[in-house]
Amino acid sequence: MMEIRTPKTHKAKRVLEKRAPKLVENGKKTLILHGTKTSATLSSVLMELYRLKKGGAIKYSRRNENIRPFESGGETSLEFFSQKTDCSIFAYGSHTKKRPDNLVLGRMYDHHVYDLIEVGIENFKSLLSFSYDKKIAPHEGSKPFICFTGEGFENVPELKQLKEVLTDLFRGEVVDNLNLTGLDRAYICSAVSPTKVFLTHCAIKLKKSGTIVPRIELVEVGPSMDLVIRRNRLPNEGLRKEAMKSSKDKPKKKVKNVDQDDVLGKRGRIFIPEQEVGKTPLPDKSKGVKRERREGKLKKKNKEEGSASKKHKESE
Amino acid sequence: MDTEMDQIYQIDVGNLLAFNPNHRFSSAPSSREELVKECVTEGTKLVQAIADTLFNFPSTESVDGPLVQLPPPTTKLPREKHLPRPKPPTKWEEFALKKGIQKRKKDKIVYDETTDKFKRRHGYDRVNDDNDIPIIEAKASDEPGEDPFAKRLDDKKKRVDKQQQNRLQNLKSAAKAGALPSHVQLAASALPITGTKAQPKKLGKEELGDVAGLAATSTASGGKFDKKLPGEKPPKKQGKHHKYLPVVPRYGWVDEEKEQTNKVLGKLLSKHSHEILNVGKAINMYNDKKEKKKSGRSDKLKPKKDITKKKPYANKAK
Repeated sequence: MMEIRTPKTHKAKRVLEKRAPKLVENGKKTLILHGTKTSATLSSVLMELYRLKKGGAIKYSRRNENIRPFESGGETSLEFFSQKTDCSIFAYGSHTKKRPDNLVLGRMYDHHVYDLIEVGIENFKSLLSFSYDKKIAPHEGSKPFICFTGEGFENVPELKQLKEVLTDLFRGEVVDNLNLTGLDRAYICSAVSPTKVFLTHCAIKLKKSGTIVPRIELVEVGPSMDLVIRRNRLPNEGLRKEAMKSSKDKPKKKVKNVDQDDVLGKRGRIFIPEQEVGKTPLPDKSKGVKRERREGKLKKKNKEEGSASKKHKESE
Repeated sequence: MDTEMDQIYQIDVGNLLAFNPNHRFSSAPSSREELVKECVTEGTKLVQAIADTLFNFPSTESVDGPLVQLPPPTTKLPREKHLPRPKPPTKWEEFALKKGIQKRKKDKIVYDETTDKFKRRHGYDRVNDDNDIPIIEAKASDEPGEDPFAKRLDDKKKRVDKQQQNRLQNLKSAAKAGALPSHVQLAASALPITGTKAQPKKLGKEELGDVAGLAATSTASGGKFDKKLPGEKPPKKQGKHHKYLPVVPRYGWVDEEKEQTNKVLGKLLSKHSHEILNVGKAINMYNDKKEKKKSGRSDKLKPKKDITKKKPYANKAK
């Protein structure tokens, strides 16, 4: 026996529609959590990553013992959380003797693990240790510039995957229009060696130059760390092909009150609300009335004087 | 550091992404600050390159600042969910397609002939309201005892139920194709009893508590030492249930206590002993016992011993 369950409130319906698969997707949300043991550096890395991605990230504070991303059975908890919070990227931190300061960045497709990459964090500098002019501090949720330097990102397959994952992680929402005054942050990733990537977060200072294009100056503000590639798991080919599929058609946006007529061309309809002449609230001109009264009085006086003088003149 | 660097960067303006594939970091590690400086300068060059293209876009002025139309991103990244799957046509849609029935838009206001007015189609004071019919003319096919108004209501209920079933079937086939609409969930309610189509009655919270209380009373100690689940409340009437009869009987009522004791006494003293003994049963029991004794079989079922089988190792212990 099956029964149909529909949401009873409008809010619930809107949430379900937001989470449904669509042609043009929402920005990916990040889930940040940690395992049984974390070190001081790792917990501050996770905290700062959460702060950098404030609008689109969820941080869990409890430790999760049964999550082992690289083992076959250890992903069920992650997939459950991904389903519950609608997050498709996760950052899982753990600290063991064999893998100190370990961070696993992973992505989900349809709430199942798509790919994973494990990095070790070295030489971490927290954002609190950087001193800079507070005026240039980047705002929360601004769209960042992402820069990759180094031939490693092209030649080494693990670094290629890391480049893709970092782009996905830092990208935020895909926008049509961008406000040029709101550009204030940049992530710089440099492949210093085939296994090591230096990641830093900088604020952007726009300086006057002769042309419309301002001169860019970068000031390091945020956390900076070295990422050492450990393990990784690439998505299997079939899944990758399916995930990369995109529909060519643009979603037909229905424009209301506009229709095409063969004879008359494009026609639109305008609705004018009922004019209730008797009910329109008149502006409160009590002060103005006073001024008008004063002015009116003045005018009258002048007129009288004028007419008086005229009379006087006439009488003369 | 190479002095000659290929100046072609891979820029994706839609993502504000830039990639310089040609820079080589010196394998001999200079000091950390030098490395950091080098990375930042390289980064600055890349950001400058993106900004060059970005600020040259046609911009529109808005309240917050110059707005620029970004091109769609060029780097392909995997989707987070599958593409929405096409919904299979419902049974009505298939039928309509086959017959060539077009959808026609219904007006909200319809002309009502009985009152010569325009009334709305659905809602308060609607056209063709079922409750408004004052007289139903009897047809030759009508049975004399049947209430036509009740029949109309009944028919409507049947139609609504049938439609609900059809809707369920359509949703099931959509779910099979993976295209269930986002706001609908199909949930399996209680499983049917095998053999019958009747659904087992769902016990509510209070009823479950009552049943648990009954089970507790059936124990000798009234459920006092039963293992309780976390969160389970103690039964409403704790302890054993005793019914105490009134000591002084009510005026005009039978003395219940007297009756009770008389009953017990009667059984003990066998005043009506022929009523106590079930003669037939006694005879049967006696006969059964006699027969069993004769055949030598006991009540208990024992496995038949096979005498022909030889016991191995019977002579071993010697």
